[in-house]
Amino acid sequence: MTYAQPIKTAFVETLITLGDDHLILGHRLSEWCGHAPMLEEDLSLPNMALDLLGQANNLYSYAAELEGEGRSEDDIAFLRNARQYRNLLLVERPNGDFAHTVLRQLYFAAAMQPFWQATLNCSDERLNGFAGKAVKELATHIRHCGEWVIRLGDGTDESAQRMRKAVEELHIYTDELFQPNAAMRICVEAGLIADPAAQRDIWNTTIATIFKDAFLQVPEIAFPQQGGREGLHTEALGHLLSELQYMQRTYPGMTW
Amino acid sequence: MATHLTPLWEVFIRSRNGLNHKHVGSLHAADGDLALQSARDVYTRREEGNSIWVVRSEQILASDPDKAAETFEPAADKVYRHPSFYDIPDDVGHM
Repeated sequence: MTYAQPIKTAFVETLITLGDDHLILGHRLSEWCGHAPMLEEDLSLPNMALDLLGQANNLYSYAAELEGEGRSEDDIAFLRNARQYRNLLLVERPNGDFAHTVLRQLYFAAAMQPFWQATLNCSDERLNGFAGKAVKELATHIRHCGEWVIRLGDGTDESAQRMRKAVEELHIYTDELFQPNAAMRICVEAGLIADPAAQRDIWNTTIATIFKDAFLQVPEIAFPQQGGREGLHTEALGHLLSELQYMQRTYPGMTW
Repeated sequence: MATHLTPLWEVFIRSRNGLNHKHVGSLHAADGDLALQSARDVYTRREEGNSIWVVRSEQILASDPDKAAETFEPAADKVYRHPSFYDIPDDVGHM
């Protein structure tokens, strides 16, 4: 497909925005590799990370192609500064304990799964292909992480207390899941992607159902945290990028 | 993680429709749902199968290896139990 301006620029930016969510969250999950609380989860978390990194790779490659300015997917992933990333604040949150990690993953997957499902009806064939893959992958993330949220919330005194703390700390970042930036709104108007804002009801239902079984309260959000979609990030992203980008910054263009 | 909270489960995978589930290994999990989840991540990452069974290891009863001789050896000299004394017509093909 080819697109005329201003749709083209908005679509490239949107693909990079979505790619950033998947790259940064995938990187966060990959930090668990070798550190998970049990061997079984040591495989599950990197499995989910690989799903997300695969999506990021697809989205960046497509963005680079559409843009046609000679950038590669690696240039987009590794050679931008923090202010140029458009990922949600939620996905850059540090891993914290296992409760934080599975809750963050549930929050993200429960919003993105219906988003990709609805995007299957949009007009760009290439993006539909990515969506078809993501829908299945994220369904397993919701199941896996939802089961853990229930087990921890309905577990021991300590696990329940940690789960409540994770909700308290992460819930304020969830509003941004439903706040598309200007480029995304142009793509929604053009019928290229589903409207993230329209997925809120499905997300609410998924979370409420799981929280009920987990004996968790869905908190009111007094001061929602947002800014990632405009490139305004927390300190956490800089530290993450210094690790993520180290190799390409130190040895530009290196491959192995 | 304390193993009394995450007992051992045996995992069986069916590699293709029409084949049997085969034992592939074991894992620790708090309950059946999580055991199935983990089995998917541990044992089907390379497209090993399309169906998973899990069962608590303690639910499996095993024959006594000390009684292997009396259990299995009586079958050794009963070759007539193998269906190998029939002439199979060529048209039947592979059985």
